[in-house]
Amino acid sequence: MSQQAVNGVQCRAKVLTLDNMNPYVKRVEYAVRGPIVQRAVQLEKELKEGIKKPFTEVIKANIGDAHAMGQKPITFLRQVLALCAYPELLEDNKFPEDAKKRAQRILDACGGHSIGAYSASQGIECIRQDVSRYIEKRDGGIPSNPDNIYLSTGASDAIVTMLKLMVCGEGRDRTGVMISIPQYPLYSAALAELGAVQISYYLDEDKCWSLDVKELRRALNEARQHCNPRVLCIINPGNPTGQVQSRQCIEDVIRFAKEEHLFLMADEVYQDNVYAEGCKFHSFKKVLFEMGPEYSSTVEMASFHSTSKCYMGECGFRGGYMEVINMDPEVKAQLTKLVSVRLCPPVPGQALLDLVVNPPQPDEPSYTTFVKERTAVLAALAEKARLTEQVFNTVPGITCNPVQGAMYTFPRITLPQKAIDKAKEEGKVPDMFYCMKLLEEEGICLVPGSGFGQKEGTFHFRMTILPPTEKLKVVLQKIREFHIRFTQEFS
Amino acid sequence: MSVLQKINPDVKLMKQLEYAFMAKLAIHIKEQLRKGVKKPYKTIIDVSFGDPHKAGVKPLTFARQVIAACTYPKLMNSDKLPLDAKQRAQWLLDRCPGQSVGSYTATAGIPETVHKISAFITRRDGGAPSDPKNIFITAGSQWALMNILNVLVNKQASPRTGVLTPAPGHDKAVLSIVGMGGETIPYYLTEEQGWALQVEELQRALDSAQGVCKPVALYVINPGNPAGHVQSRKSIQEVIRFVSEKRLFLLADEVYQDCVQGENTEFVSYKRVLNEMGPPFSETVELASFHSVSKSVMGECGLRCGYVELVNVDPAVMKHIFTLFSKGSCSPVLGQIALDVMINPPQPGDPSYTLYNQETQHIRDMLIQNAKRVYEVVNSLPGLSCQPVDGGAFAFPRVFLPPKAIKKAKDLGMEPDTFYSVRLLEEAGVFVRPGCGYKQKKDTYHIRFCIMTPRDMMDELLGRLTSFHRKFMMDFA
Repeated sequence: MSQQAVNGVQCRAKVLTLDNMNPYVKRVEYAVRGPIVQRAVQLEKELKEGIKKPFTEVIKANIGDAHAMGQKPITFLRQVLALCAYPELLEDNKFPEDAKKRAQRILDACGGHSIGAYSASQGIECIRQDVSRYIEKRDGGIPSNPDNIYLSTGASDAIVTMLKLMVCGEGRDRTGVMISIPQYPLYSAALAELGAVQISYYLDEDKCWSLDVKELRRALNEARQHCNPRVLCIINPGNPTGQVQSRQCIEDVIRFAKEEHLFLMADEVYQDNVYAEGCKFHSFKKVLFEMGPEYSSTVEMASFHSTSKCYMGECGFRGGYMEVINMDPEVKAQLTKLVSVRLCPPVPGQALLDLVVNPPQPDEPSYTTFVKERTAVLAALAEKARLTEQVFNTVPGITCNPVQGAMYTFPRITLPQKAIDKAKEEGKVPDMFYCMKLLEEEGICLVPGSGFGQKEGTFHFRMTILPPTEKLKVVLQKIREFHIRFTQEFS
Repeated sequence: MSVLQKINPDVKLMKQLEYAFMAKLAIHIKEQLRKGVKKPYKTIIDVSFGDPHKAGVKPLTFARQVIAACTYPKLMNSDKLPLDAKQRAQWLLDRCPGQSVGSYTATAGIPETVHKISAFITRRDGGAPSDPKNIFITAGSQWALMNILNVLVNKQASPRTGVLTPAPGHDKAVLSIVGMGGETIPYYLTEEQGWALQVEELQRALDSAQGVCKPVALYVINPGNPAGHVQSRKSIQEVIRFVSEKRLFLLADEVYQDCVQGENTEFVSYKRVLNEMGPPFSETVELASFHSVSKSVMGECGLRCGYVELVNVDPAVMKHIFTLFSKGSCSPVLGQIALDVMINPPQPGDPSYTLYNQETQHIRDMLIQNAKRVYEVVNSLPGLSCQPVDGGAFAFPRVFLPPKAIKKAKDLGMEPDTFYSVRLLEEAGVFVRPGCGYKQKKDTYHIRFCIMTPRDMMDELLGRLTSFHRKFMMDFA
C-alpha cells in the first residue's frame, strides 16, 4: 500500500471504473464458470494444501468437459494431430498409414506446411469442402456450399459473431433475440454484452422440455411491444435440458420463423449425443429443405457445430463451424469482414474438425479401433443418461426428465420454505444456496438452475453425466443423501 | 425481403480491407501459374502477412515435440523425442484436467503456466513484480485486446468513446474499435525520425478529439507495426507521463518484443519503465500489455495464443473482465503449450538447449540480415526510401509515386499505393500490402512487407522489387 493511502490521503481516482466502463459488460454473467465454480477451485486449493474437508476430492460436474471427467480421446484423432504438430513423425512406422495420409493432406493445405501459419479467416478451404460433404451426407444429399461454411473458435465464437452482426436499432426498434428458458448462458451473456433484448420462450418441463409453437407466439407477441424481434435461437439437442426435439416440432419452428420473418440460429453441437429410444436428431437444414422450396429458398438460417462435444469431447482444441443458409450476399460480405478481425480460428481445431467430418472409412486400417472407441463413448453416455434419470427419480423432492440427449441433467428440486427463507437471508438465490451447501458438504460442484433460467418459483440444478460410471453412481448417491438431509434440516 | 436488411451499423462502418481483393487476385495468379500460364516468375512471394511459417521459417523443434507428446501421450515411450521434451509434456499434462489437452483449462489459462508468465515478466523487467492474478492467457493478442476494448468503449456514451491509435498502425485494433461503436483518434508517427512517437503529436491528436469524441485510452504498438521503430526508454516515459496527466488507459501492444534487429536497439517494456518511474505513476497508471506466440521467433500464428497483463486496474472492473473472458471458455490448449515453451524455453544443460538456441539464433540472425538488406537495397532505389527496421516483423518503405502513376491509380478508382502493389503482384509476383490500409499521412504512399522470411526468399524479393520498381518509375516518368 502506498504511503499516501496509509496516511489516508485521497487516492487518485481510477481512469476505468464501474461508472464509466461499458455498462453492457456489467450485465454479463456466465454461470458455468461463475461464483460457484470459483469456490470449487478454492476448495481444491485448500485440499491440496492439506486442509481437512468432509470430502477428498472436488467433483466438477458443472462443465460439459468429457476429458476432464476421464473420457479418453479417440486414438485416430490424436495420432493425426500429433503428426501435424511434428511432421518428423511421418517417418515413424508406429503410426498407421491412414493417419499419415490425413496429416499430409492437412499440412499441404497449410501455409509453409505448418499448422503454425495463419489460415484464411473463413478457415482452410479444403476443410470447408470436407465439412460441406459431411453435411450433404448427413442430410441425405441436400447440397451444401463450402462458401457458406465458416470455421470458428468453438461454436461459441460463431454464435457471438452472428449476434454481433445482427443486433442493431435503438429503443423500441432494438433487436430482440428469442432464446429458450432454460438456455445455455452463453446466449444470455452475449445478448447482455451486445445490449440486445432477450426474448425468453419457455420449454415445457411437464412435456419433457418440448417446445410448443404457441409459447413461441406468446413470447413474440409480448416482445413486439417493446423491441424488434429478428432472431430465434434454438438448441437441439438441448442444453441444459437434454431434450431432442421431434421432427414435427422442428417443422413448426421453421414455419414460425418464416411467418414471423425471423433469422433462425440452430445450435446443434450435441447432434451425435442422442440416447433415448424413439429420439432422433433431425438437422434443421434437412427438415428445411424437405419442406420444399417455399421454405428452403426463403428461410434464413445458421446452424452451428463443434468438436467439443459428441464423442470427441475435444473442448481444448476450440474447433467448430457454422453453415449459413439463404444469407443476403451483402450481409455475407459484412460477415466475412467481421470474422477477419480475429484473424483465423486455431489451426489444430480446424484440423481436428476435418477428421471429425472425414473419419476412417471401412477399408482403412484405423477404422475398427475408431468405431470401437466411438461406440464405447456414446454407449457409456447413454448408460449414464439412463442411470441418472433413474436414480434422481427415486429421490423424494427431485424429479428428473429423461436425458434424451446432450450431456446434462436438469432435475427439478423441491426446496422447503425455510430453506428459501434462509437463502434470502444470506442474499442468495435459493438454488445457489442449495448448490453451495452441496459443494461445501460433499465437494460436488453443480450449477444452479438460476444460471440457465427457469420458471418463476421453480428450482433446478444442472449436472453433467460425464463422470465415469462408478464415480457417477457415487455422486448420484451423495446428492440423493444430501437432498434428503437438506429437506430434513429445513423442514 | 431478407430478414437481415438491417444489420449492426458499426459492423458496416468497419473499413473493407483492401487486402481482400488483393488476396483474390493472388489466388487467381496462383491458379494461372498452376495451369502453366507463362509469367516472369514461377511462384508468388507472399509477404502480406506477418506469418513466418507461411514464408518458410521452420517451427521450433522443441515446441513441436512437446505439443506432439501432449497430443498423443503414447509418444512418451518413444525414443524419437528428447527427455526434456517428454518431461515438459508430462508436466503440462499433469496440469490439464483428465491429463488431456482436450479438456478446457481454467479461464485465465493453465494456472502454473500463468505463474510462469509472471516469472518471465519479472525476469524480463529487471525484477519488477508481476501478479499472476492480473494475467490472462487468451486466444491471440487481438482477442485479449478486443475484450479490454469492450470494457473501455462505452456504447451508450455520448459523445462516443475515443481511442488514440498510431498512424501508421495495423488495422485490426482500429476495426475492433469501430465495430464496437467507438472512434479512433489517429496520432502520426514521424517518418523522418525513424517513425518516432512525439508527445506533441499525442497532444495534437487529443486536442483534435475535442467536441468529437471522449478519449479514454491510448493504444501504442512497440515495436511497431507496420513501422519498425522501437521506442526508447525516454519515449516510453513521455508516453506514461502523458497518459497519467490526461487520464487515459494505456494499451501496450508488445507482441513484437522478441523481434529487435537494430544495432544498439533494446526493447524495454512499458511495465518495466512504469515500475522504474516509481510512485505516483507506478501505482496509478492503468496499463494492459499484450504478448503473443504468433510474433516471437516461435511464429506460431495458427495456434492462436497470447496473454495480457493488467496493471493498476480497479478490482471491481477486473471481476467483469474475468466474466467476459470466461464466456469464451478458454484459449486453445496447444497454443497455451507453445506459450509455456516460449516464456520458459530449454535452459543450458537441457538436452534440447543446443538445438533450441541454434534455431532461435538462426531466426534472429535472419531478421537482422534481412533488416539490413532491406534498408540498403530499398534506399538505393530512387523513388523509394525506408526507415531503419529496428524492430518488428515488417518493412514499411515509402514510395514516391510519379504524378502519372497517381493519376492512373485515381482513374482506376484505386488508392495510388494499392495500384503500385497490384502491379507489383501481377508483374513481379510479390504480394505486399499497400500503405493505405494503415493510415498514413495524406499524400504519402507506402508498402508493407514481412521481413521474417528465409534469407534467400528476401534476396529474391528484393531482386524482383528492384527490377519492378525501376521499370515502374520509367513507365510513369
